[in-house]
Amino acid sequence: MVFDVLRQKIGWLFSLSSAWMLICGLFAVPAFSQTLRLDITEGQIAPIPVAVADFTGLDGTPSNVGRQISQVIADDLVSSGLFTAIDSAAFIAPPTSPSLRPNFSNWTPLGAKGLVVGSAFVDSDGLLQVEFALWDVVSQRRITEGGGSAEQAGVRRIAHQIADFVYEEFTGDTAYFDTQIVYVSESGPASRRLKRLAIMDQDGHNHRFLTSGLDLVLTPRFSPTAHEIAYLNYFNDEPNVYLLDVASGRTERLGSFPGMTFAPRFGPDGNKLIMSLAEDGRTDIFEMDLRTQTITQLTQSASIDTSPSYSPDGNLIVFNSDRGGTQQLYIMRRDGTKVERISFGEGRYATPVWSPRGDIIAFTKIYKGEFYIGVMNVDGSGERLLAKGFLVEAPTWAPNGRVLKYFKQNPTAEDGTGGETYIYRVDITGFNEQRVVTPSFASDPAWSPLLQ
Amino acid sequence: MIKRLFTLLTATAFLAACETASTTTGDVTSSAQSSSTNASTTASSSSSSSSSASSSSSGETATASVKSEFAKVGTTVLFDFDSAQLTDYAQRVLDRQAAFMKARPETRVTIGGHADERGTREYNLALGERRASSARDYLVTKGVNAARIRIISYGKERPASVGSTEAAWRLNRRAQTVLN
Repeated sequence: MVFDVLRQKIGWLFSLSSAWMLICGLFAVPAFSQTLRLDITEGQIAPIPVAVADFTGLDGTPSNVGRQISQVIADDLVSSGLFTAIDSAAFIAPPTSPSLRPNFSNWTPLGAKGLVVGSAFVDSDGLLQVEFALWDVVSQRRITEGGGSAEQAGVRRIAHQIADFVYEEFTGDTAYFDTQIVYVSESGPASRRLKRLAIMDQDGHNHRFLTSGLDLVLTPRFSPTAHEIAYLNYFNDEPNVYLLDVASGRTERLGSFPGMTFAPRFGPDGNKLIMSLAEDGRTDIFEMDLRTQTITQLTQSASIDTSPSYSPDGNLIVFNSDRGGTQQLYIMRRDGTKVERISFGEGRYATPVWSPRGDIIAFTKIYKGEFYIGVMNVDGSGERLLAKGFLVEAPTWAPNGRVLKYFKQNPTAEDGTGGETYIYRVDITGFNEQRVVTPSFASDPAWSPLLQ
Repeated sequence: MIKRLFTLLTATAFLAACETASTTTGDVTSSAQSSSTNASTTASSSSSSSSSASSSSSGETATASVKSEFAKVGTTVLFDFDSAQLTDYAQRVLDRQAAFMKARPETRVTIGGHADERGTREYNLALGERRASSARDYLVTKGVNAARIRIISYGKERPASVGSTEAAWRLNRRAQTVLN
C-alpha cells in the first residue's frame, strides 16, 4: 500500500517537471549577465548572495508550506558553497506574489544578486500548487519562472527542483539537489557492526531503511535510473551481489557462481553491470548483461582485480589491481583489452570512480599510514588530494561531477569505543568540506543520478 | 593468566599425543611462538559469535567437545600486511588442523578470511578470500578433501581484536577455521 502512494506521488512529480519545463521554456531569458556567472572550475570563489523570500499563500502572506520550501531552497544553495542566503529578517518589504515585479530598491541595499520569489498553497483537492520566479537584482530582469502541482508529500522535492533551477542559472552547470544517497547505516559494537542499507535525500531528509540488518550488507550503488541498487549481501552467510528494486523492496541475487561476487557497478545504459568474482585466491572482473544474466570475463590475472568503474560513455573501465605488486589504478577497454596503469604517485591507490563528466577519476589513496580522497586526470596526471583522515574511503560523484561524497572513520579504542563513521562532501576544488548528518553512523555512500 | 597457561599446556599435551610426524618441533613451537599462540586463542574466543553464525548452513553440527578439541589445535593463522603467504608457524597450525580433520572424517569446516582495517573495503574482501584460499589449499595438500572445506571472506568486517593498534591489526589479518 505504501508503495502505491509513493508511486502516485512520483507520478505527480513527473507531470510537475514537464509542466515546469514548458513554462520555463516560454519565459526563460536567454543569458545571464556574465558578471554574475560563477566560474566553478576555479579554486575558492566568492559565493553569490541570494535572497529567498518566503513563498506566499493566496492572501499574499507567507504560508507554512511556503516557508518550508524557501528554507529548503536556501539550505540547498548554501550547502553548495556557491551561494549565501540573505537573512529574511533583513528584508525591507517581502514580496507578495511571484507574478509581481519586485521593487529592486528594496533588494540592492542588501547586496542581493538574485531574488527567489514564489507562491505555495494547498488547493481544495489537497494538492500543493507552487509557482516561482528568479530575478536578477543587478540587471532587474526575470531570469526564469515556473510552477506546477504535486501531492503535499512531494514538497521537499519541489523545493530541491527550484534550487536546481537557481543553481543552473547562476553556474551554467547541471545541478544535483534533487538527488538521493544510498549508504550503509552502521550501529553496534566495532567487533560486530550491524549494517543496513538506507536511502535519503542528498540533504539527509526523507531517511528510510532498505534492509533489516539481519544480513551484512556493503557497497550499494545506484542504477542510472536510481530505481535499482546493486549491493553486496551476505544472505545465508554467502556473499554475493544482489539487486534491490527501490520501490517494491524486492531483492534478487545476480547469477550463481562458485566464488564470491562483489564490487558491483552499473554501466551507463543500465543494461550492463561490472563486478568482481573471487575464487581460489584470485579476483577477476566480469561484466554481466542484466537482461540475459550472461557474463563475460574481462581480466585473467592471478592478482586481485576489483573496484571497476565504467567511463560515462561505457567504452572504458578503470579498476584497482595489485598485479604490479601493490594496489594501483588501471584502465582497460570495456572488452578487457589494452590494460594500462595510470597511477604512478607514491603510496597505494584504490576505489577509482570515473567522473560523470568523463574528465577525471576520483580515488582513495593510502600513503604513510594516512588515507586520502583525491582526483586525477584520466591519464594519471594532475593528481589533487581533496580530503584526508585516519580512514577515508569510497568517493562517489554528484551527477554534475562538481562534488564528491565519501566516508571517514575514526580510530577505534581497545575498549571498543570510537570507530564512528560519517559521510562527508567536498567540492572538487578541495573547498567546502562538510559532514552529512545521518541518524546513526554511515559508510559506503553512493550518489544517485538526477531523479526523473 | 592461569586459564591461558592451562590452554597452552593442554595444547602441548594434545600435540604430544596426536602428532607423530612433527613431534621434534612440538616443544620449540610452543615455547618460541607462545605469544602468537596466546594471540590466536584470544582471537578465536572473542569472535565466537561469528563462528556460531556461520555454522548454521551445514546439516550436522560439531559437538561442543569436538569443538573444544579443535580449539586446542589452533583455529587461526595470521598473515603479514597485504599478504596471503603462510608462515612456518601458520603451516604448523594448519598441519594440526589437517591431522585433526583426517582423524575425524565426519568433520567439515569453514575458513573465514579476514583483513585489518588499513585497506579499502573491496580490496580487503579480495584479500580475505585470498587468505582463506591459501589456508584451504594447504589443508588440501595435506590430504583433506576439498569438499569438506568451505571458505568465505569477511574483508575487514569482522575484526577478532578491536582497536586501531598495530597489535589488533596483526590479529585481524587472519584465516580462521571454524568447525561446521
